[in-house]
Amino acid sequence: MPQVTLTVNGKRHTVAVEGRTLLVEVLREKLGLTGTHIGCDTSQCGACVVHVNGDSVKSCTMLALQAEGAEVTTIEGLAKPDGTLHPMQEMFREHHALQCGYCTPGMVMSAIDLVAKHPEGLTEREIREGLDGNLCRCTGYHNIVKAVAAAWPLMHQKAMPAAAE
Amino acid sequence: MYDFTYHRPTSVADAVALLGSDVDAKALAGGQTFIPVLKQRLNKPSKVVDLAGLGLAGISLSGNALVIGATTRHAAVAGSADVRRAIPGLAALAGGIGDNQVRHRGTIGGSLANNDPAACYPSAVLALGATIITNKRRIAADDFFQGMFSTALEPGEIITSVSFPLPVEKSAYAKFNQPASRFALVGVFVAKGVAGVRVAVTGAGQNGVFRQTAMEAALTASWSPDAVAAIKTSAADLNGDIHGSAEYRAHLITVMAKRAIAAAG
Repeated sequence: MPQVTLTVNGKRHTVAVEGRTLLVEVLREKLGLTGTHIGCDTSQCGACVVHVNGDSVKSCTMLALQAEGAEVTTIEGLAKPDGTLHPMQEMFREHHALQCGYCTPGMVMSAIDLVAKHPEGLTEREIREGLDGNLCRCTGYHNIVKAVAAAWPLMHQKAMPAAAE
Repeated sequence: MYDFTYHRPTSVADAVALLGSDVDAKALAGGQTFIPVLKQRLNKPSKVVDLAGLGLAGISLSGNALVIGATTRHAAVAGSADVRRAIPGLAALAGGIGDNQVRHRGTIGGSLANNDPAACYPSAVLALGATIITNKRRIAADDFFQGMFSTALEPGEIITSVSFPLPVEKSAYAKFNQPASRFALVGVFVAKGVAGVRVAVTGAGQNGVFRQTAMEAALTASWSPDAVAAIKTSAADLNGDIHGSAEYRAHLITVMAKRAIAAAG
């Protein structure tokens, strides 16, 4: 059986996989990182979003073998060892940006990537469009958008530029 | 998903040899369509040949062409200063494909080789009169698209890059999304460049992307949204499904063309 070596949340793993094994299956079933969820299984809902080499991707739409040598970050890799939450997680809690929580890991991973890649700031519309690949069936999105906007100043450690508000 | 053996060659020659070694071998680019297809067991390849190691990603701008490597991700095209400057409509199109996660994996070569009738890229390639460059030859966009999921590519032929002729005076794309899949219910790319004025429509045609020549003639005479406002497209050869009838798509072609023309300025 082929093997894949990848680094997940800073820890290197070598795992035996089949050609058809998906990245999300390695994370959940081989490494026990069940924070990454499988929702639609048709590449539409975004519950399985993780970061691969710094980009948010749907881990249900990537073969494990395509991640050879990759740096992967999952929801479990965000909080500090002492339990301090990532600012995006903290703002999701603060703004009540989740109800059932099923979409939340993917939503948080997509949101962090979106904010990190927009140091010029984000409008509310840009946040909504940026989360296009993540479906939530509970919240109606409003509080998710608020949480992402609130996390922007914390992640960039400055106020959101006025033009972007 | 049925199992297969996975291969990651590091040269085009090796990839071609692997694809030629077995009639059921399939090429994998970004996988944003192919992997969902495999998951639904709509395809049963013996070998999957990953093209990511071939070094085909990259964007280069010369005086008379913008060349985009086949495995260049949509996000890279959308974010490229060269693409934004030379063909802003192409950068905008790439930035609207699927969602951020799809754009981080999906590639221009994969999109073109698959020729999904609702994909965005075919409209830009046809409207801009681009050339598809393979390991064997150069194929004009006019000859490349041959109907739904069908192209001029032969077995063992791999797209290596796509060359867009410059200068492009005007370019813009307007898409009406199918909201769940984010594919084009109707997408219209308008361009004024080396190939003249062209209007290419995706998402609507039963045979995939096509040119709306009546609109091209009208825009050649007068470039304005009003010039195409009264031009209808026959619904006879258009797709109809639960998301929209053929007549609805025909109507959307004119609406999207007007929006694209306005956006192109």
